Formats: sequence, structure tokens, C-alpha cells
Amino acid sequence: MKIRKRTIGLCIYFFLLMIPIYWMLNMSLRSNADILNAFAIYPSDLTFKNYIKGFTDHTWYSGYINSRIYVSMNTVISLLFALPAAYAFSRYKFLGDGQMFFWLLTNRMAPPAVFLLPYFQFYSTMNMIDTHIAVALAHCLFNVPLAVWILEGFMSGIPKEIDETAFIDGYSFPRFFVTIFIPLIRAGVGVTAFFCFMFSWVELLFARTLTVTEAKPIVATMTRTISATGLDWGLMAAAGILTIVPGALVIWFVRNHLAKGFALGRV
Amino acid sequence: MEKWENNRAWFLVLPVFIIVAFSAIIPLMTVVNYSIQDIWGPGQRVFVGAEWFEEMLANERLHDALWRQFLFSGLVLLIEIPLGILIALAMPKRGWGVSAALVTLAIPLLIPWNVIGTIWIIFTRPDIGLFGVTINSLGVAFDHTARPADAWITTMAMEVWHWTPLVVLLAYAGLRAIPEAYYQAAKIDGASAWATFRYIQLPKMRGVLTIAVLLRWMDSFLIYAEPFALTGGGPGNSTTFLSIYLVKIATGQFDLGPASAFSLIYFLIILLFSFMFYQALLNVGKGEKA
Repeated sequence: MKIRKRTIGLCIYFFLLMIPIYWMLNMSLRSNADILNAFAIYPSDLTFKNYIKGFTDHTWYSGYINSRIYVSMNTVISLLFALPAAYAFSRYKFLGDGQMFFWLLTNRMAPPAVFLLPYFQFYSTMNMIDTHIAVALAHCLFNVPLAVWILEGFMSGIPKEIDETAFIDGYSFPRFFVTIFIPLIRAGVGVTAFFCFMFSWVELLFARTLTVTEAKPIVATMTRTISATGLDWGLMAAAGILTIVPGALVIWFVRNHLAKGFALGRV
Repeated sequence: MEKWENNRAWFLVLPVFIIVAFSAIIPLMTVVNYSIQDIWGPGQRVFVGAEWFEEMLANERLHDALWRQFLFSGLVLLIEIPLGILIALAMPKRGWGVSAALVTLAIPLLIPWNVIGTIWIIFTRPDIGLFGVTINSLGVAFDHTARPADAWITTMAMEVWHWTPLVVLLAYAGLRAIPEAYYQAAKIDGASAWATFRYIQLPKMRGVLTIAVLLRWMDSFLIYAEPFALTGGGPGNSTTFLSIYLVKIATGQFDLGPASAFSLIYFLIILLFSFMFYQALLNVGKGEKA
């Protein structure tokens, strides 16, 4: 009886969770005039025009590609930098480790709005405005600390004896780290990659400020639809649906690890 | 786990330190620099000391935005954390349902923030939105563009819809890490469901819940794109949260000095509260650590 009540509650929650998504899907399949004209639970005359525009119009699909480029760059950079640091935090006691760990977290707390102007000036001086790497580096501000935080939890779940045995067997640190340790925590790497991907993918302020045309991300392209022609709801919704796809793929790959996830070790 | 004591570990941390310092300390110094000067143009600046800080601390609209922000973030935590735990407890534990549920949960998290706001505009519009039409047909007048209370409810609903899945994911991960033996022991002792939750599940979830509370606190305090897209801070100023007000000053009025002073105050508030949560959650239940 209790189990069934739970399941019903869960189903209601998932139902509520999906409604706005459904509404977006619904709108993406209707023409703009149709959307504004009448209220309809489901699209009566189906149109794929919005999706076709999304795939053929240069500003739209290049935005999509740009987003993917800087998000991938950011995920790779975050992981490369965070892996050794997380190892240090999980294995060693060193001068100022606690303070350092909290300081890293504080960077996640800085309002992005605070950094907008300095970033713009800084990257202009470096001639890096409108490049993918600029956005990728800017997103490191909040992704690197998060990556260190999550990875540290996973690493603390691995017994230290493994490291000791490997060192006795004559492994050098880099070789041990790459060939033994990273495969052991690949679940953690997957989960971390997902979170970096997610936060970089959805971020708007930095991405919009640091790009003009060449590296303009899909999220910024969407804000432009708002200002230019009132609002092209259908196109917007179609683009929104398309932005979910890459993330959904990523989470599909890490779904099993996610469950085991964070709770290992200290976190 | 005993840790090795070795200060050479700093070499492993150094790259992170450099890259974060590169994107945090340098800009932060620039902000500090702005906040104590009056700048009219390139090369034209006057040192004004704490003037901007005083001006900002006395600013009525900032006070209003700040209280609004506290109320909002407080409500967010109060609703999302318990709700997230409840849903995590009800989640399936094995089988195909797990993957399906996890992927479904993650979907709202993957939508760009401004799109979320826009989707919720059309979702809640009283004439063509499903939510708006449903509420109105129940006989309740609802219009989030005209009435502050409705705007608040809509913003909260959007926030809860958007971010509860993150709490669920974290809490669920925490639950899954509890060894089966604990449950068997509880069963043998004849523990009630509540006792199992209170003395086994909750303490074991402390770590992930710390992350959840901190992340939700920070992110709801920094919230910008969603309410901005949804209500633009209105009607009136009823949903003008701190960062919306900040961006208004910084880019709308181009008052760099006051905006920078504001930023620093803002940053310090978040820092203070996050530190308090962090310490509190580290200490809570230290005695019952298994």
C-alpha cells in the first residue's frame, strides 16, 4: 500500500515536471501566428518549419556549433586542471588545504554580473573577444571549483592502499595516475564532465558578453529573437528543444555512474 | 582516512590555483579598483574612498532587493530541499525505471536559463499558456505581468520546477551509497520508516545535502536570467532581485563605481552565509558520524 502511494506521488511529480517541456514541444510544432491566435492543448496543424529554420539558418546552427565548441573546451580544461588538484586534496594534508578548498568554492559564489565588465575589458586587452577559448576560460571560474569538489569526493572513496601498492611496485606518479587511478574513478570523471557540461551549456551572461558573431552561442542567439521581432515563439521553442538534446545524450551515458555518484567518500 | 602530510601536494594544486586566480582575482581586483574611484572616461578618475559603499548601503532600493532576495532564497531552500529528499526516497531503486527517472529529472537542468524564463512566460500567459488558462478556468484570476503576488508565485514555481531535480539527483546519489547492511540491521531492530530515515538515511546523506544546500543557496542568490526573462523584474520592482538590480545599475546607467561597490557587498553577503552553512553542516551530526 505504502509503496503504491509513493509510486503515485512520483508519477504526479514527473507529470508536473514534463508539462512545461511538453508545452515547449507543442509550441515548437506550431507556426507563430497559430500560437498567438488560439489556445490549444496539442498542435492541430503540425509544422516542422521552426526546426527546418533552426537547421538551415546560419545564425542558428552556427550558434549551436559555437556553444558545443566552447562547452567541450571548457569541460576538457576543467577536468585536466581539476584532476591533479582533487587528488592532492583527497590524499595529502598540506599547508592551507582547508582554506584553499573553501577559497575555490567562493569563486562559485561570486555573482557573474560582478565579473562582466572586468572580463570584457580584460579579454579585449588580450584581443580574445569573440573567440571560443575566451568563453571557455571564463566558465572555468565556476566549473573548475565544482569539478575539484566532486572529484575529491570520488577519489576519497578509493582506498589509499592502492596508491601505496602501486608506488611499491615502482610506478612513477604520472604513470600511476593515468594508467591506474583515472580508470578507477572514471565514474566520477563522467559525473564531473556532466556537471561541467551542464553549467557551461546553460550559462548566458558571460557567453553573451564575450562574443560578438564568430563565437556567438545559441543562448545568445535566442535572446536576439526576443528583441528583434517581438518574439518568434515557435522558433524559440524549437531551439530550446534542440538545446536539450546534447545534454540528454551526455546524461544517458553517465546515468549508471550518477546513481553511485557523489556519495562516495567525504564529498 | 588518514592523509599523508606533504606540502609538495601544492604542486598538484598550483595549476588550479593559477587558472582560477586568472579568472577570479584579477577581475575582482578590477572591481575593487572601480569601487573606490569615480571614473568619467579613459584616464579621468578621482579617488573617492568609501563614498560608493556608503551611497549603496544607504540605497533604499538595494535594501528592498536584498530582503526580496533573502525571502526568495529562503523559500527556495525550504521548498526544494525537503521536496527533493521526498522524491529521492520515492525513486525506484533498480531496473529500467532508474535510468528513465534520472534522464527525465535532468532535462530541466539542461535548458539554457533564458529559455526557461521564456518558456515559462508562454506557459503561464493567461490567454494562451497552459498554466495560465488552467488557473483562470478554475475561477482564480491570474496574471503574472500585472499582479506582484502572481509574479512571485510564477517565479517560485519556475525556480522549484527548474532546480528541485538537482536536489533529487544529489539526494538520490547519497541514498544509493548506503550499504544494504544498514537497512537489514534496521529491519532486525524493528525500526519504523521514520526511524530509518532519521537515524540512517539522513545522517548518511549529510555530505550530499551539504552540496545541495550550498549550491541551491548560491545559485538562487545569484539568480538572474530566468526571472529577468520571465518578468523583467516587474511588475513594478516586485521581482527585482539583487543581480537584476545590479545589472541594471552596471549596464543600464553605467555607474561603474556604485555598481562595483554593490558587487562587493553582494559577494560578501553570499560568502558570509555560505561559510555559515558550510560550518553548520560540517558540524551538525559530527557526533553521529558512522
